[in-house]
Amino acid sequence: MVMTVPESQQGKAIESWQGQVEELRGLVSERAMTGETLLLNMGPHHPSTHGVLRLLLELDGEEIITCLPDVGFLHTGIEKTIESKQYEKGVALTDRVDYLAPMNNNTVFVMAIEKMLALDVPERAQVIRVICLELTRIQSHLVWLGTHALDMGAMSAFLYCFRERELILDMFEMLSGQRMMGSYIRPGGLWRDLPDEFLPALQHFVDIFPRRVDDYEALLVNNPIWRDRTEGIGVVEPEEALALGMTGPTLRASGVNWDIRKAEPYLTYPRYDFNVPLGEHGDVYDRFWVRMQEFRESIKIIKQAMKNIPGGPVRSQNRKYVPPPRAELGRSMEAVIHHFKLWTEGFSAPDEEVYVAIEGPRGEVGCYLHGTGGTKPRRVHLKTPSFMHISALGKMSQGHMIADLVGIIGSVDIVLGDSDR
Amino acid sequence: MTQQTQPANPVELLKERFPEAVKYVKQFANETTIVVERKQVIEVLKFLRDTKGLLYNFLSDISSVDYYPDPPTEQRPERFAVSYHLYSLLYNRRIRVKTFVPEDDATVPTATTVWEAANWLEREIWDMMGIFFEGHPDPRRVLMPADWDGHPLRRDVPLGYETIMFSFNVEEILKHKPTGKEGRVSE
Amino acid sequence: MGVISSKLGNLGVVTTSLETAVNWGRTGAMWPLLFGLACCAIEMMSTQASNYDLSRFGMELNRASPRQSDLMIVAGRVTRKMAPVVRQLYDQMASPRYVLSMGDCASSGGVYNNYAIVQGVDEIIPVDVYVAGCPPRPEQLIHGILTLHERIKGEHFNEWITGQER
Ligand code: SF4
Repeated sequence: MVMTVPESQQGKAIESWQGQVEELRGLVSERAMTGETLLLNMGPHHPSTHGVLRLLLELDGEEIITCLPDVGFLHTGIEKTIESKQYEKGVALTDRVDYLAPMNNNTVFVMAIEKMLALDVPERAQVIRVICLELTRIQSHLVWLGTHALDMGAMSAFLYCFRERELILDMFEMLSGQRMMGSYIRPGGLWRDLPDEFLPALQHFVDIFPRRVDDYEALLVNNPIWRDRTEGIGVVEPEEALALGMTGPTLRASGVNWDIRKAEPYLTYPRYDFNVPLGEHGDVYDRFWVRMQEFRESIKIIKQAMKNIPGGPVRSQNRKYVPPPRAELGRSMEAVIHHFKLWTEGFSAPDEEVYVAIEGPRGEVGCYLHGTGGTKPRRVHLKTPSFMHISALGKMSQGHMIADLVGIIGSVDIVLGDSDR
Repeated sequence: MTQQTQPANPVELLKERFPEAVKYVKQFANETTIVVERKQVIEVLKFLRDTKGLLYNFLSDISSVDYYPDPPTEQRPERFAVSYHLYSLLYNRRIRVKTFVPEDDATVPTATTVWEAANWLEREIWDMMGIFFEGHPDPRRVLMPADWDGHPLRRDVPLGYETIMFSFNVEEILKHKPTGKEGRVSE
Repeated sequence: MGVISSKLGNLGVVTTSLETAVNWGRTGAMWPLLFGLACCAIEMMSTQASNYDLSRFGMELNRASPRQSDLMIVAGRVTRKMAPVVRQLYDQMASPRYVLSMGDCASSGGVYNNYAIVQGVDEIIPVDVYVAGCPPRPEQLIHGILTLHERIKGEHFNEWITGQER
């Protein structure tokens, strides 16, 4: 059958197509304008973009000439929504920013509030926070390892990683009643104390996990296919990595020794003895290797922390900001008033600004918080590592084959919720 | 980064070098905020990055804030403000450079010439807050759809609330869904 | 003989209606679309991984192409930027197709009643089963899928024809 184009429509399709390409002038090379190179759309529904990332690729055969990432398909308006909520209620929203590291986002937001109010946090709460943060790091890296290996064609690592991840999620459920989005960390401390069954479960986990890491390494490190596909791919030089704003394991794989846990210690990190693994070449393999070592270092930190959990309360005693325990409500009128005030109106924070940064599994997670003097913030800005890493994807993938792009995306460990917020 | 020089005081050096650009300096919770003139912010950033004893060589974050309902004061002369959060890997310290942006001329010179990392951060601010960065190499929207109207993070833009479905208004809401909650059941 | 008799014993002949046989086939090998949006997709991955093992229900094969899949699990929040894509994916699926909305966000907008989020994916595509939770536990998702199976088992011949536009 011959398609007949109505006269009025003739040439329109070509025109509009060219019009769209015209918008890309300056972003893609001139050769794309004449059709010499291929413009290819990858995503937002693509199995190996780890969510809803869209990439516009300009290809010369198999070789990537330009890679333009397009994010925002998961833009949730979390920053604006937090502005319309009281400080304590905003914590629940920060869980859902980087959904592989909910505790990290809780902590950075809560630490920003605490810094603004100069609120004290009991030592017991700080140590438990460290344990939670390291467990979060492990479970986030487990998802990264599973999906990264799956993208590169190794199915079994995915199944093993998720098996261990369930152990951590079970512990989170003991703590907060929720597997992922616990909102366990609150301004002034924690939601509640550790349940009795938590420490035995944690002990079991730290006992078995190092052997499991050996298993993953046995699966991948000496696998010639794995090494062939990862070594020398997506190399980032240290200066370039800093200029592009990379942080976390991705930066350390390039050999830059910067870990916020060491450089600007927060919570009780200075007490623990751990190493910061560094890569040499800054390629996909080194990023993989650095994260594999971080599993071990996290376990080291957890072991030291759980040996020495101090007693005492897990929430600050400052009743202006932290609600009183339930038992007090029956006895003290003042407690009732504080409780009522905190749950209806919330606490107010000064009209000032603070910036707090911590080391998340993916890199520097920062929170810029600006108060109004009232009970709601004026501005919350979450600086998220994935956003910076996605912006660097174009630079990293230039000149590589399109099959390697999947490895590069996997190796920088992006989470689209983290980048889009 | 090898030769260890003593860390210098950024405020003093800046005041010496740019006497009229530095408006005032604020300390809160151990954080230093330097408020500078909008037109000179790039020179200040370059100075902070390259001077011996300062070396704020990493751009952590660029954030914006909208002081909308508040009337202008002496400390906050304009509606918007843009803050650059810098970090020095050598001395492990942070500083915030802040500049105020008026509503009728919401532009700031771009920092992409100083750090490449500023590229997307500035695109985000343009998208969300509507502050344009002059000389930016790729000033498209980044998070919202390209045809979106307005800048959602400004404080005079509503949150965009939709009515919640209850039994008394369920019918009205189901009307604008293509197939309501029970729509799949064939008659 | 051989395989069939070892599976069915000495039954010899099985009689059933066409409806039952077709519905049984549809439930036993339902291929979901490999499609994740947000946090709920991580729980969906856990459901498919070792501990919860969705392949017990004949769903181990995730298809990345909508043309080859029967079930779309909308796992996560649907933004206004993503909505046209979701609709297009749904339009590409071959009939009979089913949609399971996983999580509060996909079902009703969840905690985000704001400018960016579509208040429930049923504003753009018809939904068969809603699963509540933020995120739903894997057990909840499996329950939702089994509910969908029950529902398919009850489908009638004339619905296959009249329900074409689904
Ligand atoms: S329902 Fe909860 S877990 Fe699921 S996408 Fe929404 S916020 Fe994330």
